[in-house]
Amino acid sequence: MKNNTWTIIKKEFARFFGDRSLMFTTVIMPGLLIYLIYSLMGEGIGKMVTEGQDEVVTMRVENMPEFLAAEIASDSQMVVVNQPFGQEDIDMLADEDLNIVMVRFPKDFELLVNTYDPKCGLPAPNVEIYYNSTNNATSLVYKTLTAFLDSYESGMSNRFDVNRVDDGSTAQFDMATDDSIGAMIWSKLLPMLIVMMLFSGTMAIAPSAIAGEKERGTIATLLVTPMRRNQLALGKIVSLSCIALLSGISSFIGIALSLPKMISGEDVELGFNYTFGDYAAILLVIFATVLIMASVVSLLSALAKDVKSAGTMITPFMLVVMLAGLIPMFQNNTPETFTTYIIPFYNSIEVMTATFAHKIMWSNVVVCLVSNICYTGIAVWGLTRMFNSEKVMFGK
Amino acid sequence: MEEILRVEGLSKTFTLSKKQQKIERTTLRKKVAVDNLSFTANRGEIFGLLGPNGAGKTTTLRMLSTLIKPDAGDAVLDGCSIIGDPEGVRSKIGFLTSELKLEDFFTPNYLFDFFSRLHQVPEDVVRTRKELMFARFGIDKFAEVKVQNLSTGMKQKLSLVISLVHDPEVIIFDEPTNGLDVLTARTVTDYLQELRGEGKTIILSTHIFSLVERLCDRVGIIIDGKLTHCGTLSEVCDGMTIEDRFFEIYKEVKGDEQ
Repeated sequence: MKNNTWTIIKKEFARFFGDRSLMFTTVIMPGLLIYLIYSLMGEGIGKMVTEGQDEVVTMRVENMPEFLAAEIASDSQMVVVNQPFGQEDIDMLADEDLNIVMVRFPKDFELLVNTYDPKCGLPAPNVEIYYNSTNNATSLVYKTLTAFLDSYESGMSNRFDVNRVDDGSTAQFDMATDDSIGAMIWSKLLPMLIVMMLFSGTMAIAPSAIAGEKERGTIATLLVTPMRRNQLALGKIVSLSCIALLSGISSFIGIALSLPKMISGEDVELGFNYTFGDYAAILLVIFATVLIMASVVSLLSALAKDVKSAGTMITPFMLVVMLAGLIPMFQNNTPETFTTYIIPFYNSIEVMTATFAHKIMWSNVVVCLVSNICYTGIAVWGLTRMFNSEKVMFGK
Repeated sequence: MEEILRVEGLSKTFTLSKKQQKIERTTLRKKVAVDNLSFTANRGEIFGLLGPNGAGKTTTLRMLSTLIKPDAGDAVLDGCSIIGDPEGVRSKIGFLTSELKLEDFFTPNYLFDFFSRLHQVPEDVVRTRKELMFARFGIDKFAEVKVQNLSTGMKQKLSLVISLVHDPEVIIFDEPTNGLDVLTARTVTDYLQELRGEGKTIILSTHIFSLVERLCDRVGIIIDGKLTHCGTLSEVCDGMTIEDRFFEIYKEVKGDEQ
C-alpha cells in the first residue's frame, strides 16, 4: 500500500507535465516574463541615465563671468551665446524639444561675490538658470552648472575637506567591499523575491489539484479506492511541492539573469560570491519553504468548495507571507533566538537573509528544516482528516 | 446461500442548512436520512434498494462504500466492517455513481492503469483485464483518446470499467441506468447479469420498477430512510406487480400523502 503515495505523485506529475500549456504558464512563463520585464526595466533606467549626454545644448547667458567662460569653453556639449533674454524667451523653454538653457548672472558677478558679507543681512547674489527638467540634455547641463557653481562657492571659503582624494591617490575611506555591499543588498531583496515566486508557483497549481478535484468530482473517485487517506494527502503535498519548486526555480533563474541588467545603470558593483554551502543551505530552505507553502495552500484548498473560493481563502495567507518577506528590509541583524527559527515562513526568510548576508548558522538551518518538516507532517495529518471528513469533502 | 453483506441498524442524520430547510420545506434542523436500516445480501445475487427520491438509498450506498460514516450501526461486507476496516471494504467493492467523475485530462488507458495500481492489481493481470474490459465495452478504439473528447455514453462505460478494475466481489451501483442512453443502459444491465453469472454480488439502488423486475433477485423497499419490506422479489410482490405493490406499501406507510 506504501507505493500508493508514489502512484499519486506520478499521476500529479503526469497531469502537470502532460499539459503543455499548464507547464508553460507555470514553469517557463514566470522566469521568462521576469527576465524580460526586469531586463527592459534595466535598459529603460540605463537609457534614462545616459540619454541626452551626446546632445548639444545652446546656453544663452547674460553677464557671463570670466571664470565660467573658460570652464565651458572645454565642454563640447555646450555652445555659449552671450545674449540677453526676456520673459518671452524663458516661456519658450516649456517646449521640451528645445535644447536651450538660459543663465542670468548679476552684472559684475565676480565682484559682487567677492565683496558680499554673509553677515550683512542682505540677500546673496543670485544666479538664475532656466531649463526644462523633462529634457534630459538641458537637465544634465543644469546639473553640471550647479555642481560647478557650488564648487566655485565652496572654493572661496575653503577651511577644511572631508575624505579628500588627491590626484593619483588610492586612498579608500569606505572600507566596505563590493562583496559586502552586494551581500547586504541581496540579503534584503532576495528572500522576499524567492518567497513571492515560490508562493505564486504554489498558487498556480495547488488550488486546482485539490479544490479543483472536489469541484470536478474526481476526488470522490479516488476516495473509494482502498488507498489510505494519508497516502493521498502525502502524495498531493509532495507532488505539489515539487512542481511549485520548479516554478520557483524558473522565477529565480529569471531574476538571477536579469538583475545584473536591472542594476547596470547604477554606479555600484555588487558582488555575488557565495560558497557551495550557502547554495546548499538556500536550496534546503527553499524546499522546506515550498513544503509548508504547499501544505497550507492544500489545507485551505481542501476546505474550499471550488477553485474560486480557494483563491479567496488563500489571499489573506498570501498577504501574511508577503509581509514576512518584507521583514529583512526593516531589521539590521538577523535574530539569534532559537524560537525565531521555528516560526513557519519567518524562519525561512531569516535563514535566507542570514545566508545571503554571509552570516549563515547551520544550527538555524537545521532548526528551520526540522520544524518545517514537522509542520508538513501536521499538515498531512490535517489533510488526511479533511479527506476523511464527509462535511469537508461532500458538504454543499 | 452464502451471506456476503450484513447491514445492521445503519442510521444517518444530516444537519440541514437554511437553504436546505427551504428546499425541504421544513423548519427542522436535522433530517434523518437513514433510520435503523438492516438487511443482508447473498453472494451471487442482485439486491435492489427500491424507493422514491430522498428515501435514503444513495446515503445507504455511500455508507456501504465508506464515503460517509454512519451515525449508528455497522455493515460487514465479505468479512470487513465499514467502521473498523474501511480500506478493506473499499478493496472488495466496486462503487459506481454519477457523482464519481474521471479526470478529463487523462486517457482510458492511463486511468485504467492508475486505478489498477491504487487497487494493487498485479501488472500482468492489469494488461489482460484491460484488453478484456476495453474490448467488452468498445473502449479499445478510444484507449488513447482523452476523456474530455469521449462521448457521454463512452464516458459512462469507462466509469463502469474503471470501478471494476480490480474485479471486485461486490459491486455497489447507485441508479445504474440514470442518465444513460438506451444503448448504454442495455449494455450496463446485460453486464450486471453477466457479473451475477460469474458469482458476483450486486447491490443497486433504483426507483425504476422495470429494472427491479428485470434484474433483482431480492429487493428492499425503503421509504423515509426506513426499510419497510425486504425479501425475494416474489415475497415482496405478493402476487402483484412490483409497481402496484410499491404504491400499496407507500400508501400504508405515508397514508394518502403524495
